[in-house]
Amino acid sequence: MTNPMTITEKILAHHADKDSVGPGDLIEVSVDMVLANDITAPLAIRVFDELGTGRGFDREKIALVPDHFVPNKDIPSAQQAKIMKEFARLHDIKYYFEPGDAGIEHVILPEKGLVVPGDLVIGADSHTCTYGALGAFSTGMGSTDVGVSMATGKTWLKVPATIKVVYQGRLCPWVGGKDLILYTIGILGVEGAVYKALEFSGDVAGSLPMFQRLTMANMAVEAGAKNGIFECDEITRAYMEGRSERTPVYFNSDKDATYERVIDVDVSSIEPQVAFPHSPDNVRPVSQAGDIRVDQVFIGSCTNGRIEDLREAAGVLKRRSTARDTRLIVLPGSPLVYRQAIKEGIIETLLEAGAVIGPPCCGPCLGGHMGILADGERAISTSNRNFIGRMGHANSEVYLSNPAIAAASAVLGRIGAPEEIGCVVSEQKGCSDTILNF
Amino acid sequence: MKFEGKVWKFGDHIDTDVIIPARFLNVSDKDELKKSCFIDTRPDFAKGVVSGDIIVAGINFGCGSSREHAPLAIKAAGVGVVIAKGFARIFYRNAFNIGLPILESEEAFASFSEGDRISVDLVTGEIRGLESGKSFFAKPIPTFMQQIIAAGGLVNYIKERG
Repeated sequence: MTNPMTITEKILAHHADKDSVGPGDLIEVSVDMVLANDITAPLAIRVFDELGTGRGFDREKIALVPDHFVPNKDIPSAQQAKIMKEFARLHDIKYYFEPGDAGIEHVILPEKGLVVPGDLVIGADSHTCTYGALGAFSTGMGSTDVGVSMATGKTWLKVPATIKVVYQGRLCPWVGGKDLILYTIGILGVEGAVYKALEFSGDVAGSLPMFQRLTMANMAVEAGAKNGIFECDEITRAYMEGRSERTPVYFNSDKDATYERVIDVDVSSIEPQVAFPHSPDNVRPVSQAGDIRVDQVFIGSCTNGRIEDLREAAGVLKRRSTARDTRLIVLPGSPLVYRQAIKEGIIETLLEAGAVIGPPCCGPCLGGHMGILADGERAISTSNRNFIGRMGHANSEVYLSNPAIAAASAVLGRIGAPEEIGCVVSEQKGCSDTILNF
Repeated sequence: MKFEGKVWKFGDHIDTDVIIPARFLNVSDKDELKKSCFIDTRPDFAKGVVSGDIIVAGINFGCGSSREHAPLAIKAAGVGVVIAKGFARIFYRNAFNIGLPILESEEAFASFSEGDRISVDLVTGEIRGLESGKSFFAKPIPTFMQQIIAAGGLVNYIKERG
């Protein structure tokens, strides 16, 4: 009989080949997928080359995704992308994607079924924690750790204690995963979960569709967490149906598992949230945003670049136009999202509203390219960070929100809610699947 | 291993975008990276830092992105050691992996100001103010991390174990 464990502890024990593990244990674990992008891969490759392909090297357990500065924005970026591509070809890496097939790493890995429930994934990108939505343990590390894992198939970890956040109640209109995670980061603070696992629980979490879970797990790192995770349920199983060649292992927390802290959140009173500069924990309800004019609206990123996010934005923007002095930039998260958005007429709606549509990549989220802010400019963005200079000039400002708020703000030219432009949700289930316009 | 140098004081939640903005991540050469270290918020840093100088910061130092370019830039700029009240976890790990010494100390943050000259003994963990004479000990480094430091970084540690 093993000790009662959380889902995080169970996945870690499984990969450490142990019956049980507990918080603070230092363990060596096997890794199911190692990830790097065009910024972090070159450093990881340097480490890999020093170690050589050891017994643990597996060309099917490495994913290399050019997404940060692609299509290459300048000569140095092109050089970096080239290093990654040449490495991928030399070692016959199975999951290397050329732009056209590649999108944002954390959108395409779940989409293509490269990560499955029960997996242990590490990536040289802090938002690797996204895959916790699937009931996998995944965490961001630096290039050296990732280079070592590429060569050895292993890494070491300290087992984190878990903070459980229990969401109960009924979601208000326009409130979804993005608002729940921003609200939660507001409670915890950006250092509130450092070295911890965040387990999203309760009836509301259990009813959230997969895209909303991905948004929430994605931002666990914004509270400092090592990983964010959802237990596996019917929604997980339905999402995985026919998606992967690999067999998922569905873990759940034991009822008597130990949590370091349990936070109860009544969602009934939560409005759509906006994170003010320059920290994701600086949140306010949208009704208290005040008169914040915006020069730019960005809809996309590994947080909110999925088809449902674009659907939500298009629902708000249908038959409306962006404000005269506000530019709207939309980057679908993957080629599949892009194609689906064309099929559903979403791209047409966005173009009519005045949006510029860019290729599937990280774009302005990290101030790389395709939407950099000038001195004193303000943006509202569906991405995950609003640190000083994150999207451009050190004197620019970034506000974070869900796609509906971002879309409404594009029309208003200031931060505001869809109701202000006469847009209402007909039926609220997680977030808007059906949007009525008047 | 001992360092003696001038304090560069920073506050809480110094994120990796502030340490090195993403627009400078199109290279991975450390001598290039160091030029952009703290460029947006402290443009005097990269040019002013002298080998052995010490960063003293508040909580959650290095939060945000996983970019190893952040500790690399700090190290390449000449910083001997970073002392903070606490570190974000990815940064903490990255710093050890690339051989940037870091220590946790609440007292250092409370006691030292910008420009103070201090010494740090990495073996004993002693942090001492050279003008004030104030002295205290940092939180001990976990044994496993000490092994990585002793090996000269993670790559050597892995090589040694075969």
